[in-house]
Amino acid sequence: MKNFAHSWKVRVGLGLLAVYGLLALFGPALNSLLGLDPRAIDYGATGQPPSAAHWLGTTTGGEDVLAQVLAGTRGSVVVGLIAGILSTAIAVLVGVIGTFAGGKADACTTFLTNLFLVLPVFPLILVVAGYLQGGGVLMIGLLIGFFGWPGGARTLRAQTLSLRNRDFIVAMRMLGERRWRLVFVETMPHLAGWTSAMFLHAVVGAVLAEAGLAFLGITSPDAVSWGTMIQQANQQSALLRGLWWWFVPPGACIALLGLAAGLVNFGIDEIANPRLKAARRSLVKQVDKRARTIAARPEPVEQEIPR
Amino acid sequence: MTESSLLIADEPGALPAPGSAARRGRRASRWLPLLRRTGFYLAAAWAAITANFLIPRLMPGDPAEAILRQFQKTSGGEQLPPGAIDNIRALFGDPKTNLFQQYLDYLGNLAHLDFGVSVSRFPVPVSDLIATGLPWTLMLAGVATLLAFVIGVVLGIVTGWRPGRLTDSVLTPLAMFTTSVPYFWVALLAVWVLAFHLHWFPLSGGYSPDEAPGSFGYLLSVLHYGILPVATIVFASAGSWLMGMRNMTVTTISEDYVQLGRAKGLSTWRVMTRYGARNAILPSFTSFALALGHVVGGSLLTEMVFSYPGIGFLLFDAIDKRDYPLMQAVFLLITLATLFANFVADSVYSLLDPRTREVS
Repeated sequence: MKNFAHSWKVRVGLGLLAVYGLLALFGPALNSLLGLDPRAIDYGATGQPPSAAHWLGTTTGGEDVLAQVLAGTRGSVVVGLIAGILSTAIAVLVGVIGTFAGGKADACTTFLTNLFLVLPVFPLILVVAGYLQGGGVLMIGLLIGFFGWPGGARTLRAQTLSLRNRDFIVAMRMLGERRWRLVFVETMPHLAGWTSAMFLHAVVGAVLAEAGLAFLGITSPDAVSWGTMIQQANQQSALLRGLWWWFVPPGACIALLGLAAGLVNFGIDEIANPRLKAARRSLVKQVDKRARTIAARPEPVEQEIPR
Repeated sequence: MTESSLLIADEPGALPAPGSAARRGRRASRWLPLLRRTGFYLAAAWAAITANFLIPRLMPGDPAEAILRQFQKTSGGEQLPPGAIDNIRALFGDPKTNLFQQYLDYLGNLAHLDFGVSVSRFPVPVSDLIATGLPWTLMLAGVATLLAFVIGVVLGIVTGWRPGRLTDSVLTPLAMFTTSVPYFWVALLAVWVLAFHLHWFPLSGGYSPDEAPGSFGYLLSVLHYGILPVATIVFASAGSWLMGMRNMTVTTISEDYVQLGRAKGLSTWRVMTRYGARNAILPSFTSFALALGHVVGGSLLTEMVFSYPGIGFLLFDAIDKRDYPLMQAVFLLITLATLFANFVADSVYSLLDPRTREVS
C-alpha cells in the first residue's frame, strides 16, 4: 500500500476524488455560505456571462450556474454512490459467493451473469424508467446499479476460481473453516484491488448513465444534478445562443470525476497486476541496452574451436 | 482492467469429465460446444422475449388504458378502430384474460412478426418503422465501432510498447479523459463548433432532403451527414480500446517469447506486430465482439443529438410519446440483435483462439 500513493497519477486522482467528496457533502452548505441559491430565478440577470456577481454566469432563467454546479455535485455523486454500491454488492454476491457455493448455484449465477452481460443495458434502463415514468435520484441510482453489475461479476468470478484452489484456501477448508469466513476473511482481501477498481468504475459509469438518462428526459423535475443541468441547457439551446458557461461546467465536472477515478484505477491496476509495474520495464530496458551494445560491437572474429 | 475471455468457452464445467467424454467419441465432443452455446443463446432469447412481455404488465398502471387515452388526446377524441384495440390488448394485457393465455397470444403475434400499429404515427405498422430505421443505425454504429476499435488498438500497441515514454504519458491520461467525458456533451459541443460556427457539417439529420433518394448526390450527402456522428462516437470510445490494448501490450512485452524475439534480433516492427500485438489483442477482440453486439442499441444518444433517422431515435421518440407498441418492438429488436451478434462473435472467437476451444 505504501507504493500506492507513490505515483503522481494516483495522488492527483485521490485528491480530485476528495474534492468531489467534500463538495457533495458541503456543496449546499457552501452555497448558503456564498449566499447562492441554485433555484433562485432572477429575470433581471438572464443569460449573463461569468462576472464578479455570478462567477460562472447565469442560465436563461437567471439562475446562478455555480450554485447549480455545487448543488448538482451532490445529486450526481449520490446517484453514483447508490449505483456503485448496489452493483458492486451484487457483483460480489454473484461473482464470489456464487462461485464458492458451487454446483447448481454457481451454474445459475453464471447463466444470470451471461444473460445480463449480453442484454443491451442502457436501452433496458431507458425502457424500464419510461414505464416507471419519472422518479427521484434514488430510483435512478437503484435502476443503474441493478443493471450495472455483470461485467464486474465476471471479473470477480474468474479471480475467485483461481483463488479458490490455492493452497491457503484449500488448507483452511480442510481445517473445517466455515464458508462465510472462507469468503470474507480468506478470499475477499485478495480481491480488494479488483473490487475497489470495479467500484470506482461503477460510480463513474453511473454518473455518466444518469447524465445520459437525464439528457433523454428520464429524470425527476425537482432533482438537480450535472445531468439535469446539461439537459436543461440543451433544452434551452444554450449553446446555439452562445451560453457556453451554462453547458460546459457540468460536463467538465463529470469528465474530471471520470479522469480522477481512471487515475486511481491506474494505480490499483498496477498493484493487482504487478506485471504492469515499472520493475519489469527496467528488465526490458536492460535487454534493449544489451542488444544495442551487442549491435554496436564490431563483428567478432570467428574463432576456431579446438577439436 | 482486462476482461476475462469469452462467455461460455472458459467455463471449467465445460471440460468433459475424463472418462465419459472420451468414450463418446470425437464427433460428439466437437459439436458439444456449439450445442451448448446455441442452448445458452436460445435460453437468453426466451428470457428477453418473456421480460419484454412481463415488464409492461408488472409496471404500475395499465399501459393499454394509457395508450387509448394518449391516442384520444392526440387525435382529438377520435376512436381507435376495434382491431387496433384488440391488438393493443394482446400486446399489453387485457385484465380480463389470464396471464398464460396472454402470453400465448403474445408469442403468436411475435411469430407472425406482428408488432401492432404505432400509436404516435397511427396507423403505420411498427414493423415498417423499424425496417426504415434499422439500416441507418447499422451503418452509423457499425462503421463507428470498427473505426474506434482500429484506431484505439493501434494507438494502444504504440503506447504499450514503450510504457512510461512520451506517447504513453500523453495518450494514456488523454484516453482516460475522453472515455469519462459524457458522450452527448462532447457531441453537442462538436455540433456547436464544427456545424454551427464553422458550417463544416450539417447540424442534424441523416441525409440531404434536397437530393432524390438513391441518386449519387444522395449517397454523398449521407456520407457528409454521417461524418460528425461517426467522429464523435470514435472520439468517445477509442480511448477505452487504447487503455485495454495498452495494458495487455505492457503485460505481453515482458513475456519470454517476446524477449526471445528481440534476442533473435528480429526487427522491432516484426516483434511488435507478430509477437506482441498478436497475443495482446485477444482480450480486445473479446470486448470488440461484445461491442458489435451493442451496435444496434448503442448509438441511442448519437441519434438523439443528431436527430439521426435510426432505431435509437425511434426508441426515444416512442418513449417520449408513450408509444408502447413501438417501444416494445424496438427494444425486443435491440435485444435480439445483441444476442445474435454475440452468438456469432462467440463462435468466431473459438476459431481464432484455440485455447478457448474445449479440450477433447
